[in-house]
Amino acid sequence: MEKALILMGCAIGAGLSMIAGIGPGIGEGYAVGKTCEAIGRQPEAKGSLTSTMLLGCAIAETTGIYGFVTGLLLIFVAPGLFLGML
Amino acid sequence: MDVQIHGAPVYYTIPVLGGIPITSTLVVTWAIMLLLTGLSIFLTRGLKICNVSKRQAIAEYLVTTAENFVSSNMGARWLHYAPFVAALFALSLFSSLSSLLGFFSPTADLNTELAWAILVFVIITATKIRTNGALGYAKGFTQPIAVLTPFNLISELATPISMAFRHFGNIVSGYVISTLIYAALAAANRLAFGWLPGVVGNILSTIPILSVGLPAFLSLYFDWFSSFMQAFIFCMLTMMYIASAAETE
Repeated sequence: MEKALILMGCAIGAGLSMIAGIGPGIGEGYAVGKTCEAIGRQPEAKGSLTSTMLLGCAIAETTGIYGFVTGLLLIFVAPGLFLGML
Repeated sequence: MDVQIHGAPVYYTIPVLGGIPITSTLVVTWAIMLLLTGLSIFLTRGLKICNVSKRQAIAEYLVTTAENFVSSNMGARWLHYAPFVAALFALSLFSSLSSLLGFFSPTADLNTELAWAILVFVIITATKIRTNGALGYAKGFTQPIAVLTPFNLISELATPISMAFRHFGNIVSGYVISTLIYAALAAANRLAFGWLPGVVGNILSTIPILSVGLPAFLSLYFDWFSSFMQAFIFCMLTMMYIASAAETE
């Protein structure tokens, strides 16, 4: 029973941790849209705009990656850890 | 059906200090380092001033690209960082791409990225201390007011951690997703052909026909694009952090 509860908690937590994917999705979409606008206005600056956008996207992605790593920990590490405590 | 998502496989454990594991990360990283060193030696043998060979032209192109990359992002006075950044880029790119040859990619192991990020963190801190002096470096934590010191410490420590986790998370997510897709395609294959009667169904359901086309396109994104992107971003952030560490406050 306790095992089942622990596994259930870990699985639900891993699912919930991927809610963190919403933020980077919206943020990166916004950044890319703005970059498209800027390239439309100033096509000659395409190179530096693109590399700046990619860098910004990579930084905006951090929170999503944290969520993903938390999910991985909950699936692969946490069950063993908590079941070992029993 | 078994889906296996695992960490770096351990090949051998050296029985000292409670066992030092030799993982595939270590082996593949050393193989890549030897490959890169060999490639560099091969490309730079017998350099000439005029009448350059094709080999030397490639070497010159690579060096010029690296120097342009560094000087356009950090400024010309940081040109001595070009070998470091180029080495980091090549190691990261080849490590991520080694998964194409069926190895366990060293960048799918957090230890690799954490080691690189700690190395970069040491360089950043050393640059800060050299620019502002040890006292000025310590004083920088109490800016703008002394109450914010703990938060400044946390944000300082978050730099290497977020750099390492960003690279690791991107590569591992590709690994996990492509493993799941291979498993799903194999299952779909069994479902599609398993109902055929007799030997034909048995044979057709064991040959992964559906796994032929789709994973190649996914690999284009998860292996090629993502590897290149993460190597680029890691080097870009390294350069940005080092260059901004040298600015006096």
